[in-house]
Amino acid sequence: MRFGALAVAGVFVLTACGSSNSPATTTSQQPPTANMKPLTTIGPGEGQLNLVLWDGYADKSWVDPFTQQTGCKVTQHPAGSSDEMVSLMKDGGGGQWDMVSASGDADLRLIYGGDVRPMNVGLIPDWQNFGSFFKTPPYNTINGIHYGVSLQWGPNTLLYSTKKFPNKPTSWSVIYDPANKGLVTVPDNPIQIADAALYLSKTKPSLGIKDPYELTQTQFNAAVDLLKQQQPLIKHYWALATDEITLFQNGDVVVGAAWPYQTIQLKLAGAAVDETIPQEGATGWADTWMLATKAPHPNCAYLWDKWVSTPQVQAEQALSFGETPVNTKACAEMDSLGGGGSCAQYHADQTGASYFDTIKFWKTPLADCGNGQTNCVPYAQWVSAWTTIKG
Amino acid sequence: MAVETIERPRPKGGGAVPFSGVLWRFPWLRPLLLLTPPLLWFVVIYLASLVLLLITAFWTIDPFTTQIVQAWNLDNFRIIVTDSTYWSIIGRTTIIAALVTVTDAVLAFPFAYYMARVASRRVQTLLFAAVLLPLWASYLARVYAWILILNHSGLLNWSLQSVGLPAANIGYTNTAMWLVFSYIWLPFMIIPVYTALERVPESLLEAAADLGARRWRAIRDVVLPLVLPGVVAGSIFTFSLTLGDYITPILVGGASSNFIGNVVYANIGIANNIPFAAALTMVPVAIMAVYLTIAYRLGAFEAL
Amino acid sequence: MEGFWTRVFLRIWAVLILLFLFVPILLIFFYAFNTSNIETWPIPGLTTKWFVSTWNDENVRNALVVSLQAGLAATAIALVLGSCAAFAIHRARFFGREVISLLFVLPLALPGIITGIALNAFFSFNSISLSLATIVVGHTTFCIVVVYNNVLARLRRTQGSLIEAAMDLGANGFQTFRDVTLPLISTAVVAGSMLAFALSFDEVIVTTFTAGAQSTLPIWIFGQIRHGVLLPEVNVVVSFVILVTIIPVAVAARLTGGGASRVAGAR
Repeated sequence: MRFGALAVAGVFVLTACGSSNSPATTTSQQPPTANMKPLTTIGPGEGQLNLVLWDGYADKSWVDPFTQQTGCKVTQHPAGSSDEMVSLMKDGGGGQWDMVSASGDADLRLIYGGDVRPMNVGLIPDWQNFGSFFKTPPYNTINGIHYGVSLQWGPNTLLYSTKKFPNKPTSWSVIYDPANKGLVTVPDNPIQIADAALYLSKTKPSLGIKDPYELTQTQFNAAVDLLKQQQPLIKHYWALATDEITLFQNGDVVVGAAWPYQTIQLKLAGAAVDETIPQEGATGWADTWMLATKAPHPNCAYLWDKWVSTPQVQAEQALSFGETPVNTKACAEMDSLGGGGSCAQYHADQTGASYFDTIKFWKTPLADCGNGQTNCVPYAQWVSAWTTIKG
Repeated sequence: MAVETIERPRPKGGGAVPFSGVLWRFPWLRPLLLLTPPLLWFVVIYLASLVLLLITAFWTIDPFTTQIVQAWNLDNFRIIVTDSTYWSIIGRTTIIAALVTVTDAVLAFPFAYYMARVASRRVQTLLFAAVLLPLWASYLARVYAWILILNHSGLLNWSLQSVGLPAANIGYTNTAMWLVFSYIWLPFMIIPVYTALERVPESLLEAAADLGARRWRAIRDVVLPLVLPGVVAGSIFTFSLTLGDYITPILVGGASSNFIGNVVYANIGIANNIPFAAALTMVPVAIMAVYLTIAYRLGAFEAL
Repeated sequence: MEGFWTRVFLRIWAVLILLFLFVPILLIFFYAFNTSNIETWPIPGLTTKWFVSTWNDENVRNALVVSLQAGLAATAIALVLGSCAAFAIHRARFFGREVISLLFVLPLALPGIITGIALNAFFSFNSISLSLATIVVGHTTFCIVVVYNNVLARLRRTQGSLIEAAMDLGANGFQTFRDVTLPLISTAVVAGSMLAFALSFDEVIVTTFTAGAQSTLPIWIFGQIRHGVLLPEVNVVVSFVILVTIIPVAVAARLTGGGASRVAGAR
């Protein structure tokens, strides 16, 4: 148990060094499922596919054609946080779940927990068209073995009511401002502490926060204090995307942290809202479809991944959720589906690389600080601190 | 004089006869046979899983892989006892559960009284059906309907503002939770109270009147003590259902609305810290143990 | 017997309580016609498109079927086991009787989340994978309690002398049971079963922990509330369930004593 934890910590040292654009991880400790041979060909569909995913990742508009073509009926189980995904996928998916659309902070935990198995990217034709970083990112490719296929990526944004804020807010300070008491919402997710840390890294440089996921106890306490001060301002911590949509639609809140998905849904419903990424920057997520070790329907799983990697579906999903596709060919599709400028809006074009560097992607906080020190606050403490923050 | 023994007439029937004879001769056999299947179910499945949960509370998890480590310790309990956040969560849950129980008792009593003693027989049946019917409308759908009523531009504020009153912004607050819980569990309180009131014989009240008691005195001294077991029986439901709920706080609660159930759910479904969740669930178990003991003394078990 | 003003007060109170109980339900009916999938007041517009989409939605049908299967199975098992337990506890006097009484109250008295996680831990400990069977096990556990309580309450009210009279007249145990006891408790058994079925049908907390990839109706509803896009379908389904159960509920009300005569000196 301890050796495994140390080995994974070692992996994190390698990934945590520098930016997220580090090359594929090599390490001596193999994940438990490394020797499982992936499929060599995709057989006939089993008629059923069970997915654990983020809200909106399997929209009718691209699920229905998939079911028609392959006969695989899709059952979705939306999860509210990465932790929930890890929990649902324990024991290799329990023989219930086939795939999970995990973000960076869940991927390595799933891989080293033996809950996901290697995938054969040769069976996914569009993989060739992925941006080079997304072919073998360190969060899903270890020792050259792919434990999943990259999907999409995006930022956590500041969502605001254009009635209350006719001028776009420029700083995250609006969600910490007592003037907005009772009108703010943020996600009910311990990883929010990183957002507070990110804000402090710019507003209180004396704390010396470099990476919002690697915090010393002092830095961590400062972030937690900020969030405790924020708590009286919060109307409701949103756990479900629809929570936040209802809150904004009914005028209960006027500003909050969100995913682009909520902004799009609200705008579709005619709400006067908009989103922005303030000057302090944003946290974000890069997602991978991973195959459960005990997946009961592996053929349907591969067929699904093939489908969602095509430029057409990548563009549809990007526009529907408000994220950026990994398939470079999706840019043209986005412009034709969503109107000219869509590709640029979501940075699916050549601006993608620099935009990518500005986002602090979710990763699992560990005791290992990555700079030789091991006094950083591990995730278990983030979870218990979150309970005390919410009260 | 010798007493003639009259033989019991031999009844017809085959194998069942000697069997019932056996049951007659060994009276403890019947309850044993009857009780074994349900008891087996309860012990093997339910009790065993509860005990397993209790044992898990004394273990911990490896913080990285979240696998359970079977190392005996009291850490989980220590955290709960020493951290004031958990005290405020437990306090909030218990107080709201108690408030909901009292509210439901107050709301239910006159209604049940009307049903049992004033309404005609047909109205009684209608009202009884009317009280049962909401239980068939999904709990989730009913709570969600309350969001619509209580939120910032919802039905409540709209009604208040259309008659010129100020908006009551109780959406996403503890008040909202109290209101929704009282609503959801009300039928569970009305039915036992009604059943208890129904069994109070008219003759007792007439006797009280004959002895000179006024209406309210009669109710206070005659009806209430007889109805108390029914109220307490209903309160077991309202109290325990509120104590363990986590869905209503998620949907209707505000920033400081965490219930014990929410922390348990977060630790199970999210942090996968089953030992800590198990330790925390011991708190409502302990609270209910106390409550059930009091309820038993007040005779509620007869009135369930 | 009650004074005039008392009657007026009670009538008004009854109406208010009925309003309190039914306004949210009327809202559920009303918002099945909502044009938007976000619930806001006042309603943005009316449409019947959700009725069509619910009718065509395979997930709803599957969820309904799973709920019905689980409910019927759990009620059937609970019926047998609960009645057995009630008979045993009623007549016998033995050591540990009180403890067993308490044991049978636990599944309803302890919060559902405890039952849920206990069963979940139990299943994963014994490597039993989650399925319809595990859902049924979870539901049966509290359904037994409901049937048990109802049958026991009725047994306490039946006069033991009837049973003894039957046996004095020559009926053996089995005949007595079939011809005397069973008719006396039949309505309690039916009422208990219906209440058990209702609880199972609407149960979401224990089911969340004992279901795998299966959806019962409440789980489907919870998923829709999360997902939001098909929210009015929830209203359609719930309205349908309410309408379908009006008759069985009225029957149950008749059986369990709504309208039972006030027996003078019954105790």
